[in-house]
Amino acid sequence: MKMRIALAGNPNSGKTTLFNELTGGNQYVGNWPGVTVEKKEGYYKKDKSYEIVDLPGIYSLSPYTLEEVIARNYLINEKPDLIINIIDGTNLERNLYLTTQLMELSIPLIVAVNKSDVNNKRNVELNLNELERKFGCKFVCISAAKTQGIENLMSSAKEINESPRAFKPMHSFCGVLEHALAHIEDLIKDHMSYGNEERWYAIKLFERDDSALKNLNLDETIQSKIENIILDAENEMDDDSESIVTSERYVYIAKAMKGSYINKDIEGLKPSDKIDRIVTNRILALPIFAAIMFFIYYIAITTVGTLVTDWTNDIFATAWIQEPFAAWLSTTSAPMWFQGLLVEGIVGGAGAVLGFVPQIFVLFLLLGILEDCGYMSRIAFILDRIFRRFGLSGKSFIPMLISTGCAVPGIMACRTIENDRDRKMTIATTSFVPCGAKLPIIALIAGAMFGNASWVAASAYFLGIGAIVLSGIILKKTQRFKGDPAPFIMELPEYHLPRPKGVFSRMWERGWSFIRKAGTIIVLSSLFIWFSSSYSWSLNPVESFDNSILYSIGSLFAWILKPLGFGNAKAASATILGLVAKENVLAAFGILYGYQGELSGAGNEIWRNLQAEYTALSAYSFLVFNLLCAPCFAAIGAIKREMQSTKWTWFAIIYQTGFAYSISLMIYQFGSLLIGNINPLGVTAATLILVLFIYRLLKKDNVNTDDSKKISLTTCGGNCAGCKSCK
Amino acid sequence: MKTLKNAKIGTSVSVKKVHGVGPIRKRILDMGITKGSDIYVKKVAPLGDPIEVTIRNYNLSIRNADAELIELL
Repeated sequence: MKMRIALAGNPNSGKTTLFNELTGGNQYVGNWPGVTVEKKEGYYKKDKSYEIVDLPGIYSLSPYTLEEVIARNYLINEKPDLIINIIDGTNLERNLYLTTQLMELSIPLIVAVNKSDVNNKRNVELNLNELERKFGCKFVCISAAKTQGIENLMSSAKEINESPRAFKPMHSFCGVLEHALAHIEDLIKDHMSYGNEERWYAIKLFERDDSALKNLNLDETIQSKIENIILDAENEMDDDSESIVTSERYVYIAKAMKGSYINKDIEGLKPSDKIDRIVTNRILALPIFAAIMFFIYYIAITTVGTLVTDWTNDIFATAWIQEPFAAWLSTTSAPMWFQGLLVEGIVGGAGAVLGFVPQIFVLFLLLGILEDCGYMSRIAFILDRIFRRFGLSGKSFIPMLISTGCAVPGIMACRTIENDRDRKMTIATTSFVPCGAKLPIIALIAGAMFGNASWVAASAYFLGIGAIVLSGIILKKTQRFKGDPAPFIMELPEYHLPRPKGVFSRMWERGWSFIRKAGTIIVLSSLFIWFSSSYSWSLNPVESFDNSILYSIGSLFAWILKPLGFGNAKAASATILGLVAKENVLAAFGILYGYQGELSGAGNEIWRNLQAEYTALSAYSFLVFNLLCAPCFAAIGAIKREMQSTKWTWFAIIYQTGFAYSISLMIYQFGSLLIGNINPLGVTAATLILVLFIYRLLKKDNVNTDDSKKISLTTCGGNCAGCKSCK
Repeated sequence: MKTLKNAKIGTSVSVKKVHGVGPIRKRILDMGITKGSDIYVKKVAPLGDPIEVTIRNYNLSIRNADAELIELL
């Protein structure tokens, strides 16, 4: 018989490891309907009649976080045939808290006690029979990392599949609460669509859970009767209902653990605590963090990263694939335009995707190690104070650091930020940091207009960081980012040695998803740019760039850039070409100013032309715009991949470009004002923007408490029916 | 009012009441900080916020602003 199994458990319980073990490679990743949270499904690798759904990692079934709502809705509405609740055996008490809630759903339940190998090593004994008696469901010891006990777990699942029986929650609370629940159950028992759900709903109603109330359609008299029951219990216990239920669950767990959990370990300090004594030490924490970051940057960007990227770009993609392919194609009788399309458009575009892949893999390997061993949550702990002011997480530091090399892996590194709001904010702002490919533009402008002054490059970095800080402060107050008040009450899991299997499979999964999802955008847009820069409107191949479609598009848009000081077709089309890769801006200038051959690193050959057409101010404004505006297509592809939503991707691109435009406009207009070159309209616009910026910066962040109480699904990816913003 | 925010590092304390509303309060409760539970205040982050505590045998990091919601005996 077919069986649908839902895998539920706390974050850090080893749920993903177990899911991968159960399904093998046989899984597919999608999104939960209407939201940007990843949904993983697969089939048990040894028996395809078992379908397994990986629910988001949650601590509770409260209606407050997106993950909890998703898990809850799935369990209530889709009714899986079985829940496998994986719990961390080294952290039994808190993990069982979720178990006490899952057992109320009247869905057959098996509890898989993970990390039992660690428990054995620590002389911790579990009396499974006693736990089974107390919780009324099967308990199985497993070690997902060491693949122990998994067969045993699945044979228990098989037993339930073959002889399904009604499941009744066993736990009992204190007299007052049980009394209240019994009364509520009595009032609602005629409103149940499935059997056995009275207790779940009674508890939820007692907690004044709105979404459970909505499911039931109770009339006013019953509602007020229930409210009276709750008030009576609250008076008697001198506490509020939510707190009463939570406390009672923990009391029950403590009782159940007495006699079933024996810790013979006399050693007081766990190895993990010893490590933390040094690693999160008040004085040593920051230097150690800096050293680790330096190491990661050094490996992923400076040494191995560059080495493999250069090799894939120059040798693998160009010398081994593109050139031989072009040579072979020219021996065929394919028409020239077709050869160009294949070689430069498609193969060249695919090469651009390929070039990032090795670096991304190296980076993901290192990040995977940091995550797996438990250091990533310490980073959040150490840096939280600085970053939360800007609406970011301590973990946002890594994407920003990586982005100084390349924004593509930088944006991909946002994957490690669990909180939806923090992650989106980091994705949208991290490409403000000048990446390696923007350096040639900086070198060109600094060399041509400022006599190679070192402050130009320094100012670019300050500008990038400033843009992030400013955006953080402004964006976190907008409706878009306000929804989810992220409680930073974070578990610091125990350290453990990274498991090669888990780290490598995660690296592979993330790297592959970049190739698949971001790759499409990169290839398509490279294709468009290739076509529009090598053809004219009459679809004839062009000899020089200034006859091309792209150049005419550039001249069409040039007037928009006039207030920024560089409203000419050359600058506009160079900026558009910069979307393919920022270093193209330099190459485009080379072509546009008629220089034959390849430019040197800083474009010395065209400095004179630039000096003739630009003032120092307009050149700097051009630089600023190109540094801050929409990143290259590869980075946009990565944004799309990480945002998991077209709407959010457009938001990021439009925001970045709008931000760049505002800053450049202010620089150029106020700069002109200073040199006595007044443009009344421009100055007025710049002043208005400045006032708006200051207003947004100083604006009080008035979180509406009523809103924040019931966020339910405010942070969906759009077009869902459930959340407030979509209704 | 004595709260977790001004509890001394290296001491063990007992929870009297959890204040606040909505998601933050629920999260505090869900993580096991309930009436009567014992908390060991372990350390403070290098920049003075957040703090790290041990509760129900595991480690938890909590911001000072949220720790202020936890009233102690």
